Amino acid sequence: MSPVLRLSGITKRFGPLLANDAISFEVARGEVIALLGENGAGKTTLMNILFGHYVADEGTVETFGKALPPGDPHAALQAGIGMVHQHFTLADNMTVLENIALGTQGLASWRLDRASARERIEKMSFEFGLAVHPEAVVGTLSVGERQRVEILKALYRDAKILILDEPTAVLTPAETDALFATLKLLVKQGLSIIFISHKLNEVIAVSDRVLVLRAGKLSGERVTAGTTRSELAALMVGQEVEPPAVPEVEPGELQLVLNAVSTVRQGTGMALDNITLSLRGGEITGLAGVSGNGQATLAALIAGTEKPASGEIIVQSVKVQEWSPRAALAAGIGRIPEDRHAVGTIGDMSVTENVILERYRTPRFSNRGFLDWQAARKFAEEIISDYDVKCPSPEARIRLLSGGNMQKLILGRALDSAPSVILANQPTRGLDVGAVGYVHRRLLDARARGAAILLISEDLEEILALADRVIVMSKGRLSAASPRGARTIAQLGELMAGHGMEAA
Amino acid sequence: MDAFDILLTASFWVAAIRIASPLIFATMGELICERAGVLNLGIEGIMTVGAFAGWFTVYAGGDLWMGVVVAALAGATFGLLHATLTVPLGLSQHVVGIGITLLATSLTYFTYRLLLPEVTSPPKIEPFQPLPIPGLSGIPIVGEALFTQTPLTYLAFVAVALTAWVLYRTPLGLAVRAAGENPSAVEAQGISVTGIRMGAVMVGSAMMAIGGAFLTMSAFNSFFFEMVNGRGWICIALVVFGSWRPGKALIGAILFAAFDAYQVRLQQITGGVVPYQIFLMMPYALSILALILVARRATYPKALMIPYQKGER
Repeated sequence: MSPVLRLSGITKRFGPLLANDAISFEVARGEVIALLGENGAGKTTLMNILFGHYVADEGTVETFGKALPPGDPHAALQAGIGMVHQHFTLADNMTVLENIALGTQGLASWRLDRASARERIEKMSFEFGLAVHPEAVVGTLSVGERQRVEILKALYRDAKILILDEPTAVLTPAETDALFATLKLLVKQGLSIIFISHKLNEVIAVSDRVLVLRAGKLSGERVTAGTTRSELAALMVGQEVEPPAVPEVEPGELQLVLNAVSTVRQGTGMALDNITLSLRGGEITGLAGVSGNGQATLAALIAGTEKPASGEIIVQSVKVQEWSPRAALAAGIGRIPEDRHAVGTIGDMSVTENVILERYRTPRFSNRGFLDWQAARKFAEEIISDYDVKCPSPEARIRLLSGGNMQKLILGRALDSAPSVILANQPTRGLDVGAVGYVHRRLLDARARGAAILLISEDLEEILALADRVIVMSKGRLSAASPRGARTIAQLGELMAGHGMEAA
Repeated sequence: MDAFDILLTASFWVAAIRIASPLIFATMGELICERAGVLNLGIEGIMTVGAFAGWFTVYAGGDLWMGVVVAALAGATFGLLHATLTVPLGLSQHVVGIGITLLATSLTYFTYRLLLPEVTSPPKIEPFQPLPIPGLSGIPIVGEALFTQTPLTYLAFVAVALTAWVLYRTPLGLAVRAAGENPSAVEAQGISVTGIRMGAVMVGSAMMAIGGAFLTMSAFNSFFFEMVNGRGWICIALVVFGSWRPGKALIGAILFAAFDAYQVRLQQITGGVVPYQIFLMMPYALSILALILVARRATYPKALMIPYQKGER
């Protein structure tokens, strides 16, 4: 049978960076292809070329035997390519129906045919198990529901080839299972699916064939049934990856205690509801949960940018009177923020300026109100060499650094003063396997030295690998803590979905 | 006559609707731009251009409706300039908008001087005359206020209905609203964000210019400097007051115009005890108050003022 999609020799350069290097492959009807690779391996670039967001420098794309004109999303849609982006392309203030119908009816038409659109959406959502109400405003939907809307959008346009870019990153385990069930139904209907991921277990669960990308090149192609996790991991990274070794460490003193803390809801954030949390030296506390359940608020509270409305904060058995970012720093809390671009760094300022941001007031870096640039530069150089940061110079603007190097710099800034408490919020999000391993080792080193670490992550595997105790957050509340290995993934998933939190 | 009786006179309502008409056109124009994600601060200047272009067409011998068309085209031209700078080039919408206002206003005055160098008092044209609608114009007060107006006023109300219909009932309107909410959603569905936004700014600017032309061709019969007099800025506030919805913005425009018509009449009956500036100030003070009460929780277009660059992550 002829392939539904054929890519031949796709090459794309961004300046000196070779994002895709002569990539060729084919997809057959009814096949699930997994595109596996680290962040920055070129997966998303490749798919953006396929969908017409970027124009390839070389190579061609054919669908159903016909060449696809480059750089034209409309042509890609017409050719039956549907894409579910990692960051949803939905308008929040509009309804599900409006989002799906957008662009499907002639722009010159004097009437939007809502009735037929609604009928079709309802039929499809029933057929494929994608339950969603057509008149619901997208902004009120959960992340899982929004993803269903995205998939419906593609199906509504008769997509024959569905591309899913990291679709499970934002889902609970149960939602992931539901997504996989839907994908199986779609394949039965003859759709072909390209599933982009860096999670090995999902790739193995869902695909027929795996294509591995490394540094822009196709480094391997395997039939899923005939491969193993470790083989795929090796293809992905170029070497065998070992899980981090977690040595035994004797737990130490209580470093930070939140006692019955609640916060006032602000904007769209989730307020904390009577939270009690103790962080002990030499221990990593893992906080699992679906994004948007109050983790951001808890992190902001510990970082000092959010104030408690009630309850108390106790730092090394002293009750805190006035809580602020400066108080948090003074209390010895090292902060690794969730969004390194928006919060962690100031992109257009230099590496040196960024590393002294939290401490420029101290006598080490300033003298009678004047900055000591020599000391600052020396400090930046120290961090660059100690934390193995690849950067042109301490004067380089920090936005030019790759995600992994930026994170190493933030890690250096947070850990250099040997803080007694470390707030690590999504410390490895978007990093490649090598950088993830580096961050994990540094956190484990800090644990060995006796720091109390709160690891907030949406990646359950990361939490299970590192955390001495695991807590689940849901709707602004915390579950009881469980020691390493005490709860199964399924049990954690239940808690993440908000079931059984009452017992906590 | 006391302060309350004013509200019962037909002439007060006639004036209110007449004062509202240019605001309605320009507010709809601004609303269309903003719904597509572009703040058009060129409104004040584009209204000035429309006022002059429409008037001059008639002064030079053209038909009144020809004047409206020329005003709209002149507005669309400045809209094209604004859109080219803010949409494909992605420049700051604030700076471009203020620049367009300054450019359009000065260029209009300059052109006026070039074309009419000898003039000392503004020449007059024969403006649009009231066109009573048979049957409806006989209704007391309402008939006079709503159905004994000039054709341009009727057109203003048609413009509101048309704007609402297009925005909410057509695929094009859906694309315009989506471009103001999340342009990448529009791009992902195969529609050009640039095309939608530029089109919206041009159509919106044409409507602003017709609003300006109303002043010289319906409300008054000549063009003079400073005649737009901040109406454009009021329209920006009216869009917010109306929460970016045509119907609510229409109510806002009529409300503001009613305040304005009211304060003039109130000045007359208080007989100089209160300084007249207090009354002049009243509509604006009330507008601010209304904004505070109404618009604080308005859901604004999420991508308003955010330039969209294709392929940027």
